[in-house]
Amino acid sequence: MRVLIPGIAGVLGQRVATRLLEHGHEVIGIDRRPWRNAPQGIELHDVDIRKRAAEDVFRKRRPQAVIHMATVTHLVERTEERFRINLGGTRAVFEHCRDWGVEHAVFVGRHTYYGAAADSPLYHVEEDPPMAVTTFPELADLVAADLYACTALWRIPNLVTTVLRMVYTLGPTGHGTLATFLRGKHVPMVLGFDPLFHFMHEEDVATAICVSLEKRVQGVYNVDGPAPVPLSVIAKGTGRTPVPLPEVAFRAMLGRFGLPKLPPGALAHIKYPVVVDGSAFRKATGFQHEMSEMRCIRDYREAFPIRA
Amino acid sequence: MSLFIDPEIAARVDRLELPWNSYGCDPYGASKDYLARGFTVAQLLYRHYFKIGIEGIEYVPARGRGMLVGNHSGGVALDGLMVIASCFFEKEPPRLAQGMAEKFMARTPFMGLWSTRCGQVTGLVETAEHLLADERLLMIFPEGARGTAKLYPERNSLVHFGSGFMRIAMKTQTPIIPFGFVGGGEAIPTIANSVTLGRLVGAPYVPITPWGLAIPAPARLELTYSEPMMFDGTGTEEDEVIEGYVEQVKQRIAGLIEIGRERRRKALSWSGSEDRSIFTFDGKNGEQP
Repeated sequence: MRVLIPGIAGVLGQRVATRLLEHGHEVIGIDRRPWRNAPQGIELHDVDIRKRAAEDVFRKRRPQAVIHMATVTHLVERTEERFRINLGGTRAVFEHCRDWGVEHAVFVGRHTYYGAAADSPLYHVEEDPPMAVTTFPELADLVAADLYACTALWRIPNLVTTVLRMVYTLGPTGHGTLATFLRGKHVPMVLGFDPLFHFMHEEDVATAICVSLEKRVQGVYNVDGPAPVPLSVIAKGTGRTPVPLPEVAFRAMLGRFGLPKLPPGALAHIKYPVVVDGSAFRKATGFQHEMSEMRCIRDYREAFPIRA
Repeated sequence: MSLFIDPEIAARVDRLELPWNSYGCDPYGASKDYLARGFTVAQLLYRHYFKIGIEGIEYVPARGRGMLVGNHSGGVALDGLMVIASCFFEKEPPRLAQGMAEKFMARTPFMGLWSTRCGQVTGLVETAEHLLADERLLMIFPEGARGTAKLYPERNSLVHFGSGFMRIAMKTQTPIIPFGFVGGGEAIPTIANSVTLGRLVGAPYVPITPWGLAIPAPARLELTYSEPMMFDGTGTEEDEVIEGYVEQVKQRIAGLIEIGRERRRKALSWSGSEDRSIFTFDGKNGEQP
């Protein structure tokens, strides 16, 4: 199968591309970022997904499947720019899929779509509405991109669309929101709160994306790994020191004293859990995660040790 | 091992049939460590502070989904604690009853954390259905916060029952094990509920007793379980049908409260009147199906 991956140079994009190549697929990538030491046989295009040149890749190469991983999830990028990349890019990908006869499109989204709140249920199912928009406006573009991708299910009937809502990644690459949050020696927590965090190993993330491509499942799916673990347990397991701070102090200290800088809305995600039910995806594809929660935590600790 | 953990109780926690991960946490956030600590404290209350009479614990299923449904008695969740303790201390192997907590608890620092770690989850339909699909044992007080607001003279009455639990039970084909709880009103005789104080701590209200705070007195408590009730259907029936079923459960619980009151009266009376108590107990029992 000829597979096009917008956002191939990201940590997860590289993993998925390498895996697909090993499985004998033809892999084409689109990314503005360079991928040094890319394996032989992967064709890279240094173009912006929103520009005309990207459409030319679709036109000339006619991929059968597209895995859209060109979304910005970190909060460093300014909100307006993120919004343009995430929503504009997603729109371009699906329009090109429609116009150039792509058979299957996979949108890789995030489980934070559901949002964290005191009254949101544990184990979100795919039908649950996105609550992140109210509690965490910085995530609005990701929620919008997810919902936009979902509209392809009825707007483009000839295209098999898969929308994946993946839990946090935790593993040796240190990639992802949770891993970044854990990078320092001290992990700030809100005093009196210790939510469950749902995460999976990046190897399992790559497996899940490849499986969804092979099984060509249509629809929206939560993708999870091992059962969720409390934040304090993750922090201790990775050799960090959890520092519980009263909420008022927490807000004041963010971005100072070596604590990570977070937008105010992120606080809800440190107080309340976002936990998803991934059983529908497992049933539809037969996906099974391989890496236990202990393995994820150990791999991260070994890749990012804290030196005394 | 912490100072506040009784090793025997820790061993009992190990025998709870829950899918613990390698860190001793379950998928809903309960933790072995917290449970052992919590039950060490609960044991003091359950075995030593209160005198508690338990009947019909055999009706609580050893395995598989179940819904313990009963009345609120007393201004704080003393009744819930005793039900959880009875399933933990009297069952072999022990079972963890998982309560459906008020939503304000999740927002309150420490309170939400502690209740989650001890297996108590926020009372949401989605979470309840997920727990039942995982073959857990739920504990539900359909009176909700209205039930804990009962004043001393109303302590053995029942207020309006919500019907959500019935729809969930029917949808998931879960047996309902009704229980009646008596004595909580004597342990915490509420003379008023302060909404103002409640606002300060983030709760709907705080019960006020003759000695001020809602610290329970060492009263005699009675907990009576009855045989499971099954209701066939899909849970999508009309409100009138569902309410009829809820009424059946409510009647059963009202009967169990009367049985508990008799037992309490008998236990607290002088030994000379014992024969008569047994007679009335049987008489009352005969009225109940």
